[in-house]
Amino acid sequence: MSRENSRGLRRIALEIVHSLRSFFGTFGAGQIFFLRILVNIPYALARPRLIIKQVYVTGVQSLVVIMLAGFFVGMVLALQSFLTLSRFGAEDSIGMVAALGLVRELGPVVTALLFAGRAGTALSSEIGLMRATDQLSGMEMMAVDPIKRVIVPRFLGGVIAMPILAAIFSAMGIFGAWLEGVVILGVDEGAFWSQMQAQVDLRDDVMSGVIKSVFFGIAASLLAVFEGYNSAPTAEGVGRATTRAVVHTSLTVLILNFMLTAWLLGGK
Amino acid sequence: MQQIRAVELGTGLFVFMGILALFFLTTRVTSFDSYSGEGGYELTARFDQVGTLKTRSPVSISGVQIGRVTAIDFDVDRLEAVVTMRIASRYRIPNDSDASILTSGILGGQYIGLQPGGAEEVFQDGDEIAFTQSAVVLEQLISKYLFGQSGGGE
Repeated sequence: MSRENSRGLRRIALEIVHSLRSFFGTFGAGQIFFLRILVNIPYALARPRLIIKQVYVTGVQSLVVIMLAGFFVGMVLALQSFLTLSRFGAEDSIGMVAALGLVRELGPVVTALLFAGRAGTALSSEIGLMRATDQLSGMEMMAVDPIKRVIVPRFLGGVIAMPILAAIFSAMGIFGAWLEGVVILGVDEGAFWSQMQAQVDLRDDVMSGVIKSVFFGIAASLLAVFEGYNSAPTAEGVGRATTRAVVHTSLTVLILNFMLTAWLLGGK
Repeated sequence: MQQIRAVELGTGLFVFMGILALFFLTTRVTSFDSYSGEGGYELTARFDQVGTLKTRSPVSISGVQIGRVTAIDFDVDRLEAVVTMRIASRYRIPNDSDASILTSGILGGQYIGLQPGGAEEVFQDGDEIAFTQSAVVLEQLISKYLFGQSGGGE
């Protein structure tokens, strides 16, 4: 009996060691991959057309999704805060509530999550398919470094597109909050904007949102290209890599969001 | 070629929209205040009690915001709080004005209110406001009221 037990414990311990090893192995591989991307950025900048194409693919093609999402998030923020604040007769400040919520948190975070779903999946499945159909090996054979030619432009495109998308999301959200609050619920327009302007700070709120979205852009793009590049060269492997990219990006963004808010931006 | 044109056009419009959104966020959503920058002049004031005053709290005169608190420190020698504030340079204030820490609204944040004096000369950069009134702490106010009342009744 005790022998059975100890064997079971041994297996569990081995499992834990194995999963820890694979976790830190992936983590380290990701860091090396990131360094390889950073080193190769100058080469990619010499071909700006590739980057522009990727900004188009990741940014412009996500635009409709981002704008719609931002619009409705802003509207629901205004509606919810109106229901609560009107109890205290403070419904004038819904503009402030919506703007602070959007600019500081929801703008960067929801944009990053949608970005992971819309652009990140496209990136990792595209690169994964390139791997599965030996296009990457073909490039290597022609002495073209796939990191320079394929990975870095896609990474940079995502990094450039993400803050722009987040800013558009926040602006659309505030427009949605204005539409819901002022036009539909009848909050005074002057109070809506003046309360917002009095409470939203350029450096503490708007800039911290922009900084966040830059970090999220780096994280989302890096994870998407990393998972795609390291996918197993089969149909199943590409599918798995795509799923992993979305899940890991979402979790990373949420964790990173807390860390950035607590330690970098609002810790006073 | 046509394809590339469309891509470039779309990307250009996209980046332009982003800049427009950022412009909207910086101008329409925030108040673009000039007194948070480097311009203006600095004043200091000493208080026994600063309450919940924070850096970046507003400094106002007659209800008009003219500056911000830039630093709050504690003077170990004189055992007083030293508040440094930056005032926009176009506001010239008589140098016998007094500063008090006030609260905006019932639950609002605290700010420094200046009460203009009658002197001819105005504050220069680095001057100290001589006349100050500390923040009112609610607990002290209540205890003063309670004990004052019971003491008077007996």
